[in-house]
Amino acid sequence: MPRISPRVTQRLALAGIWGTGLVTLLILAVIITYVLVKGVGDLDWSFLTTPPRGGTSGEGGISTVIVCTIYLIGLTMAISVPFGLGAAIYLSEYAPDNRMTRLIRYGTEVLAGVPSIVFGLFGFALFVTALSFRFSILSGSLTLACLLLPTMIRTSEEALRAVPRAHREAALALGATKWQTVWRVLLPAALPGIVTAIILSIGRAVGETACLFVTMGSTTAMPTSLFSGGRSLSMHLLYLVMDTNAIGKALATGVVLVITIITINAITNWLSQRFRARMTGGA
Amino acid sequence: MKASRKWAFLIPVVLLVIGVLLAGCGKELSGTVTVAGSTTVQPLAELLADDYMQKHSDVQVTIGGGGTSVGITSVNNGTVDIGSASRDLKSDEPQLVKHLLAKDGIAIIVKPGNPVSGLTKAQVRDIFGGVIKNWKDVGGPDHAINVVVRESGSGTRTAFEEMVMAKPEPAVAIVNTALEQNSNGGVKQVVGGDSYAIGFISFGYIDNTVKALSIDGVEATAVNAKSGTYPIVRPLYFLTKEAPTGLMKEFIDFCLSDEGQAVVVDEGYVSIS
Amino acid sequence: MPQAGRLPSGLLESMKARYLIDRSSRGVLLICATVSVVILLAIAVFILQRSLPALGEIGLLDFLLGTKWDPNPVGDTPPSYGILVMIVGTVLVTLGALVIAIPLGVGCAVLLADIAPHRFRQILRPAVELLVGIPSVVYGLVGLVLIVPLVRQIGGPGLSLAAGIIVLAAMILPTVISISEDSIRAVPRIYREGALALGATSWQTMWRVVLPAARSGIAASIVLGMGRAVGEAMAMVLVIGMAKAMPNSLLDPARPMAPGIALETGYAGGIHLSALFAIGVVLFLFIVTINSIAIVVFKRGARA
Repeated sequence: MPRISPRVTQRLALAGIWGTGLVTLLILAVIITYVLVKGVGDLDWSFLTTPPRGGTSGEGGISTVIVCTIYLIGLTMAISVPFGLGAAIYLSEYAPDNRMTRLIRYGTEVLAGVPSIVFGLFGFALFVTALSFRFSILSGSLTLACLLLPTMIRTSEEALRAVPRAHREAALALGATKWQTVWRVLLPAALPGIVTAIILSIGRAVGETACLFVTMGSTTAMPTSLFSGGRSLSMHLLYLVMDTNAIGKALATGVVLVITIITINAITNWLSQRFRARMTGGA
Repeated sequence: MKASRKWAFLIPVVLLVIGVLLAGCGKELSGTVTVAGSTTVQPLAELLADDYMQKHSDVQVTIGGGGTSVGITSVNNGTVDIGSASRDLKSDEPQLVKHLLAKDGIAIIVKPGNPVSGLTKAQVRDIFGGVIKNWKDVGGPDHAINVVVRESGSGTRTAFEEMVMAKPEPAVAIVNTALEQNSNGGVKQVVGGDSYAIGFISFGYIDNTVKALSIDGVEATAVNAKSGTYPIVRPLYFLTKEAPTGLMKEFIDFCLSDEGQAVVVDEGYVSIS
Repeated sequence: MPQAGRLPSGLLESMKARYLIDRSSRGVLLICATVSVVILLAIAVFILQRSLPALGEIGLLDFLLGTKWDPNPVGDTPPSYGILVMIVGTVLVTLGALVIAIPLGVGCAVLLADIAPHRFRQILRPAVELLVGIPSVVYGLVGLVLIVPLVRQIGGPGLSLAAGIIVLAAMILPTVISISEDSIRAVPRIYREGALALGATSWQTMWRVVLPAARSGIAASIVLGMGRAVGEAMAMVLVIGMAKAMPNSLLDPARPMAPGIALETGYAGGIHLSALFAIGVVLFLFIVTINSIAIVVFKRGARA
């Protein structure tokens, strides 16, 4: 059997890899172009500042929806990042490596695959009904936080465990306490992976529709507190696509959605860079 | 702790706090009414709520969806004031107080370019039951029929099954190759995009992206639904746990009044009077 | 702790503070972990408990192997709750999506991590992160408007297994790329330099040294992508057709488990709702099985 020379394999492999890059770029280009081209037409100041009108006409804008989405995402991340990261740090650095921790790790992987509607039903039973939070942004955020917990823990922990042992040992040898090691050495080193975890989680939260319908309601009124119900950008997009013919508005909503995500990603990246610079002295 | 690092972390916290405080400065409300349930009723309820709130700016009416079952459960355990349903209550469901909001015809739709404009009820039954599989058997082109329906348990589907598929006995089940969508809008979308599709939607959703067929020679209009000549009509309900009082009662009364019913008719549904 | 009297002022206080922070941080982290575990447990218990009535009444074998799913039959027929069609649907659509997304994803990760020039990466990496963040609804919408008509041209109603696979692959691709890329970049330089010093080509280095070293992270990305694929409901409801019949070809509609649950939750009550929870349990077990296989296949000897 003739052997292909390593050089030829090299060329073929490189061609293949560039090919995959181009395909990915193509997919992104198709999605973004389609959404932008069709959506920008309906995107103007009045669209952003008037509330949506009910019924099947699709008239009105998305002002209340934007406000609701901001509250929802803010609250969700404020809950799930500390808890998820805290749990990940504990599991990776403090907990003994016994069966219990392995079971927990396993459990988080499994729960990451449960469909969000099931979390929605859980949230409906616990937050909306049992705790009487009713259909509210609070119920929605808590449900989302539960939904994101497995992903947050799993990805952050993976990032922390990837940091070479040498880092930890060096820090301890220099006299650092465990917490100092975590805060000043491990977190900065694992930061790219943790940032990925946060960005993934935000993406999932922003995109949720099914589980929010049964925990946050889907009202279009301006939220007056965390106990008001509301409708997020994704939910509104779905409504516009399915129940009205306002595809242009649906895509305009999509544009706002994508811009929101870009902004949040940029802020997350910027914050993490600052954190890293401070911790590692600019290295 | 270096000053600039503390600063960077404080900004989002401060923003969040300001935001939450500002959120609390809503308008002064004398009360709220919450509604949840059927997705068919939701658009209609939203319009009614908008009109009601314009007259009574101190009341907040919030409309939610989630489906008829979520509506029934929610109103039964007090999570919302009013539940909405697009079908009658089943015997194993809590017996709530029913308020007939409107009647709604169910239209059989195809894509506007489809040459078929009317069918008999028997033909509809055979098509949805999978007996007639090709458009050429009912006067259309030679192509398989793509049947589109709602999900199992939907009020619209249940009503359709009871009125078209169940009688004459024995009942015929909807063919299992039928595509399923979870809202009237979804069915409308699919049928509107496929020249060989057929489906059913609530009258309130009919627009110029789809063509409603005449059934047994009767056009699918609200007038015909009201007079009873159009054969497929079902009730839309508001549900309350007990006899409604206070703001709840006022809102329901508004919906059942002439003004409210005018909105009902505007949207293509059938008024109750 | 050393004698207080001999230290410069302020140092003892900061040492005490450091000690306190270290002690209390452990407590705080433990609380985070405990709360997280309790929540995860509560969810598991909730799903199991709600699914029991249906499993009791239907019987496990009839449930798993039955080919007829009809919770609200017309007329007098009793309801059927067989989910084999849905299990097959999930298997087919997930497999299809993975077959496309893994080669494309890992390839793109290799490209970004090692091969592409810096400026290329500067554009493509944020672009991939953007793709990760795009919600399922948008993918579903684009799929509905662009992919479904294309598939319809080839044959069938358009809403099909093929459309579902394409949309799902597009959805999990960014996740696979971003996490795999992080892993590949995390492989210490020494490994690459060592291989190159021994005379390997860059492809040989990548294939035989770097990728195996990054195995754990790449596996994690695939598992996460798979998790998303198996759990994806909304976008699938829009493009995959959701017919109750078993698909016979890629052009036929399919009905995976996750969208199957989402589709009927709004109107389900009683045994029907309990059956939907039971499907959730099956999904649970499905993921457990796939994860176990993934662990065996990928993680053999990966940890350095």
